[in-house]
Amino acid sequence: MSGRITRDEAAHVARLARLRFSDAELDELAAQLSAVLDHAADVEALDVTDIEPTSHPHPLVNVTRADEVRPSLDWDEVLAQAPSVDDGQFRVPPILGEAP
Amino acid sequence: MTALAIAAAVKSGERTALDVVDEHLARISQRDAEIGAFNLVLADEARTAARNVDAAVSRGEPVGPLAGVPVALKDNLCTRGVPTTCSSRMLEGWRPPYDATVVQRLRSAGAVIVGKTNLDEFAMGSSTENSAFGPTRNPHDTGRVPGGSSGGSAAAVAAGFAPLALGSDTGGSVRQPAALCGVVGFKPTYGAVSRYGLVAFASSLDQIGPMASNVADTAACYEAISGHDPRDSTSIDGAREPVVAGLGQGVDGLRVGLVAELCAASARVQQDDGLDGVSAVEGVAADVIAWVDAAATALEAAGAAVTVVSVPSAVLGLSAYYLIAPAEASSNLARYDGVRYGLRVDAANAAEMNVSSRSSGFGAEVKRRIMLGTYALSAGYYDAFYGKALRVRTLMLREFAAAYADVDVLLCPTAPTTAFELGAKTADPLLMYLNDVCTIPSNLTGHPAVSVPFGSGDDGLPVGVQLMGPALSEPVLLRAAAVLERAAPSDGSAP
Repeated sequence: MSGRITRDEAAHVARLARLRFSDAELDELAAQLSAVLDHAADVEALDVTDIEPTSHPHPLVNVTRADEVRPSLDWDEVLAQAPSVDDGQFRVPPILGEAP
Repeated sequence: MTALAIAAAVKSGERTALDVVDEHLARISQRDAEIGAFNLVLADEARTAARNVDAAVSRGEPVGPLAGVPVALKDNLCTRGVPTTCSSRMLEGWRPPYDATVVQRLRSAGAVIVGKTNLDEFAMGSSTENSAFGPTRNPHDTGRVPGGSSGGSAAAVAAGFAPLALGSDTGGSVRQPAALCGVVGFKPTYGAVSRYGLVAFASSLDQIGPMASNVADTAACYEAISGHDPRDSTSIDGAREPVVAGLGQGVDGLRVGLVAELCAASARVQQDDGLDGVSAVEGVAADVIAWVDAAATALEAAGAAVTVVSVPSAVLGLSAYYLIAPAEASSNLARYDGVRYGLRVDAANAAEMNVSSRSSGFGAEVKRRIMLGTYALSAGYYDAFYGKALRVRTLMLREFAAAYADVDVLLCPTAPTTAFELGAKTADPLLMYLNDVCTIPSNLTGHPAVSVPFGSGDDGLPVGVQLMGPALSEPVLLRAAAVLERAAPSDGSAP
């Protein structure tokens, strides 16, 4: 088992990904991710500096449509799926400061 | 009865769609407790849809090419007002406010949706064991996995619950379970089928594809669901070539290439002195390779010319895929934040609510992939991992293009082994990922590929062989698949 990723690094990545783990879970993840990255050493070691990256199988072009009003999804149907709604809007806990 | 036979019987009035759907619902209630193919069976909705088809037939109105055909949908395809879970606690109880384009097209074609099938959570897995609602079992041996991630759809077709099913294929998730369950599974060219309403995993790789017991049904389903869709900006413009009409035209003169890197143990590769020292993927079982060789011989017997070709970057596919797909997934799954839909775990502030909801809603494999993708995209590692993987993708596109200058289609295994036992690979993520080694290249290139049942392994379980072709080669690919289907042994005899 290689130690490409430490528990602290796994904890840092978890913060970026908005996920929470116990220390034991972080240790297991660090080992599992290290094993996958060991396998990826073949890609990591490759000299591909002269090759352009491909992020998509087809050449992507921006697709636009005429700027005209069209029916949207039904508001009530959409809001019915939300965990919490207030006056036609999504309601969330406080973003800044203390709860009121 | 095949899907096309059902459609013909319903159109002629020989059978009613209601009778057909009742027969399939009866099979589901008899055996799905044991198989676990479905997350949700839509009995009432299916009967209503079937009655509507029957009413149209009796009024003499035109009905579609799949009139009265029961279809199972992978539970990551949006169905308006009907739960779509992705087999995740995160989306338990979510009712999408719209239908996926493929769902609309199936309905227009007269198909009858019988239920939503189990999958590895958010389509991440190769065994359908990563489902929040329990695993699906292989109908050929219920101690074995059906493959994944579209394991519920493959098992539903193999068990006779529905003659047609849709899956999604990001790294082999239609083809590998099709191979393990002994059915046909087809991944069309990227952009041939609209992704609108397919819950996103890795957007540059995801493609919806049909599964059926035979090639003609698979082709008919592809014709029904494919086509340009203005609601998917990556949808290919223009009309798709028909595939059903030419299925019987054979492969006389077709040039077939056996991929050396994916078939190192093949007698044909071993005998080719020019390939000494070629680097190949490991772990492809001898009984699987023997059937790939037998498939090559069958294509030759039908008039094709088989040669061995080398695609060196094929061995890099797995590593590139397990950087690119998790990177895209980590971005796509950022949308599950507990705000607009899906699970919310309440907390004192929004940031805490966000972390708690995600940590509680996602299962272990989904979290692992989000972590891997976040790492691969993070400062200091982007160039070393994600950036390089994208360059491997370019290399692969070039090498496949060079191969297709010499041959029309490529032949290789679909999965390295037959179906494995439940629990056999769950403790080792990398071991599980190796299942995808032969299917991944077609996702990275965006090319079409099809898995056709061809013989059975030493354990008596189905083997699938894979045909790959260049972009939009669907007609020739399915024509070659039809030849293999006719040549496949109907008993368990050795190659």
